[in-house]
Amino acid sequence: MSKRIFALLLLTILLGTVLCGCGGGSAATGSEEQQTSGSAGAAVQGGEITVGIAQDLDKSLDPHLAVTAGTKEVLFNIFEGLVKPTPDDELVPAVAQSYQVSDDRKVYTFTLRDGVTFHSGEAVTADDVIYSIKRCAAAEGDKKPLVEAFSNIQAVESPDPRTVVITLSQPDNEFLSYMTTAIIPRSYANQDTAPVGTGPFKFVSRTAQDSVVLEKYDGYWGTPAYLDRVTFKIIENADALVLALQSGAVDLCTHLTSTQISQLDEAAFTVREGTMNLVQAMYLNNAAAPLNNEKVRQALCWAVDKHAVIDLVSDGHGKAIGSSMYPTLSKYFDDTLTDYYTQDPAKAKALLAEAGYPDGFDLTITVPSNYQPHMDTAQVLAEQLKAVGVNAKIKPVDWNTWVSDVYVGRNFQATVVGVDASYMNARALLERFTAGYGKNFINYSNADYDALFQKALAEGDDAKRAELYRQMEKNLTEHAANVYVQDLADLVAVRKGLDGYRFYPIYVMDLASVHYVK
Amino acid sequence: MRYAARKLLTLLFTMVIVSLLTFAAFSLIPGDPATARLGMDAAPEEVAALREAMGLNRPLGVRYLSWLAGFFTGDLGSSYSYSSSVSALVGQKLPATLALSLLSFSLVVLISIPLGVRSVGRAARRRTDAARTAVNQLLMALPPFFTGILLTWLFGTGLRVFGVRLQLFVPGRLPAFSVHPGGFLLYLLFPAVAVAVPRIAMTVRMLHSTLLREMNQDYVRTSISRGSDRAGVLYRHVLKNAMVPVVAFLAQTMAEVVAGSIVVEQVFSVPGLGRLLLGSIGSRDWPVVQAIVVILAFWVVLAGTVGDLIAQRLDPRLRLGGDRR
Repeated sequence: MSKRIFALLLLTILLGTVLCGCGGGSAATGSEEQQTSGSAGAAVQGGEITVGIAQDLDKSLDPHLAVTAGTKEVLFNIFEGLVKPTPDDELVPAVAQSYQVSDDRKVYTFTLRDGVTFHSGEAVTADDVIYSIKRCAAAEGDKKPLVEAFSNIQAVESPDPRTVVITLSQPDNEFLSYMTTAIIPRSYANQDTAPVGTGPFKFVSRTAQDSVVLEKYDGYWGTPAYLDRVTFKIIENADALVLALQSGAVDLCTHLTSTQISQLDEAAFTVREGTMNLVQAMYLNNAAAPLNNEKVRQALCWAVDKHAVIDLVSDGHGKAIGSSMYPTLSKYFDDTLTDYYTQDPAKAKALLAEAGYPDGFDLTITVPSNYQPHMDTAQVLAEQLKAVGVNAKIKPVDWNTWVSDVYVGRNFQATVVGVDASYMNARALLERFTAGYGKNFINYSNADYDALFQKALAEGDDAKRAELYRQMEKNLTEHAANVYVQDLADLVAVRKGLDGYRFYPIYVMDLASVHYVK
Repeated sequence: MRYAARKLLTLLFTMVIVSLLTFAAFSLIPGDPATARLGMDAAPEEVAALREAMGLNRPLGVRYLSWLAGFFTGDLGSSYSYSSSVSALVGQKLPATLALSLLSFSLVVLISIPLGVRSVGRAARRRTDAARTAVNQLLMALPPFFTGILLTWLFGTGLRVFGVRLQLFVPGRLPAFSVHPGGFLLYLLFPAVAVAVPRIAMTVRMLHSTLLREMNQDYVRTSISRGSDRAGVLYRHVLKNAMVPVVAFLAQTMAEVVAGSIVVEQVFSVPGLGRLLLGSIGSRDWPVVQAIVVILAFWVVLAGTVGDLIAQRLDPRLRLGGDRR
């Protein structure tokens, strides 16, 4: 009896296989052709791809209101500012054709590019630019401006239809990096649900928790995108994401872990390695006992071997760092700080004894559990700390609890997370540890540090200012503000037959350069 | 009629209680919907303003009652994390979960009943019996997400066995029912199997033991001694009697498969209620969570009621008016 059932089952499966094979035949041969041709061929125009992303986008798709990095990196394809970042750590004119900075660094004059249009087809005017900048600079009542650096803006004017002049109240040499702020049409109400910008791709549709679809914008002013259509597919589960890659449902996926990569078929994917551009560290609450004691913090730094963490957590992928700066911001990165502390348990114990904790102490590390790399790093750090007598316990919390308790409430001892920079400058990473700053969640308070920051803001010379920022980084390292670990590796899987993915020094995903090869 | 009215009242009461519990749980867990929406760099004043706008500053009781009033007038409110009404959002996700649950429930019924009957149909052979029990035990312990991953790996990744490409579906690419109904059902068959396997094993075991118990009853012995053949008795008399507890169990299974679907949706990237529920808990999207939980409560109570009604049809003893406890 059971034999008959088994036979029936086999038959069903067989039939299913045959039927399926017929249905998907034409699509399968197409992709196989591309695979056999290798990746060194010429770029092909057209085609479509599916990109896997691990989280849904924000409620609002308005570029000025976007909150999460995962939303911003998708919107990067739809929007542009007056200038835009390049993979080589540069800012190049985009909606603007050229710009001039006055000698006192207070007046920025932008000449708009001819022929730049919104996805609606309308040409970008000086009024749109003024509207976009004023919208982000507006500070009504208690509300702070959407872009905090814009509080420095005194006036935005257009002396003629092709020119926009921005006057600042204080000199600011880094102001240009904030001009990546998206330019949006001034009379358009649905930016929330159907965003319209000037970028190489235009928005088509969004399905909650499922997908976001973009199409190539034919009226793009610059080098057009190669692909006709890009679908961002939301797959939260890490295993499901790998399976979707393996099966062909997803063609490209960024921010993968080395565990996920190791499950992929090497013949079908090219793996590119960059960095996430974030500062992963065990952030310490400098106001909470016993971490308010500098010696205790230094002891933690001496107890930890960050290279071992990188080896264990991500098979050696990832760049060790020693302060709040990552290597791709090469102008500001100081590699001598990376190994300022090396693992030395004896020294750590001695420092703990000096501080009055010869037998160590209990440490709670709060970690957002949805970020596996941070959880893994916390595990390894906890073990390393145990070796010097610090009894570290990991407290996993979900993301929203982390934001309200740790980041906003500052009610924690230590936490392992990655901190990123939204704009391409050192200020974005370093200002947050100045004493009065609203986002100084580690309660770092150091008068020298604050003084250096004020000097850096006022410094006109590029090289001198970079030097001041490097001194700030050194200050953080010397006073052991945090236990710095690494800039996580960003592993990107690209299906064979596709090429052109480029890494940026900030957290974005540029699909305009991605193309099929012949 | 009285019975139906009482059941309906129980249903409403259960849903209200469940919604109240969800509401209470949500006000207890840390994390704030306004912060979740504005992100980590929002100023406290902005968060306060948004909380006011979202009505989060009203007293708990008022918030709950206003939701309840909306619920009874068919207005489930709007989502905190999507620019969409809750009913539209849930309506978008319901079909996939419903299809998946019905599919796995059908699998449970269609597979477990014949298998269970067969397990006692022949004179029990000790060795195969022991082996079957062992396999059954193993299948019962298989969590759906594990079976799900296994199935995806076997039939979804283009694995080749003896040169035959086994790919039957593309994980993460669920065809729309309106465009490709066959592909839609074929895709959902795999998560359905993952959910159904442990429940099938349980139902088979249950049917096996109740059937064996019935087969030892006097009326069976009498019937066989009168010359009826064993199989005839089994199908005509025993099965009907043995089904009563099994129906109750199947009703419970009906509720259970929905729970299983919610887990398995994650593995197969099925855009259903489960993913919406988990995502909404993560983003503290209370109106959506509340709506889904109430729907699930409705489903569970409904399944129980349907089970009761079927059991009454099968066993006249249970049908004695409304006086049954």
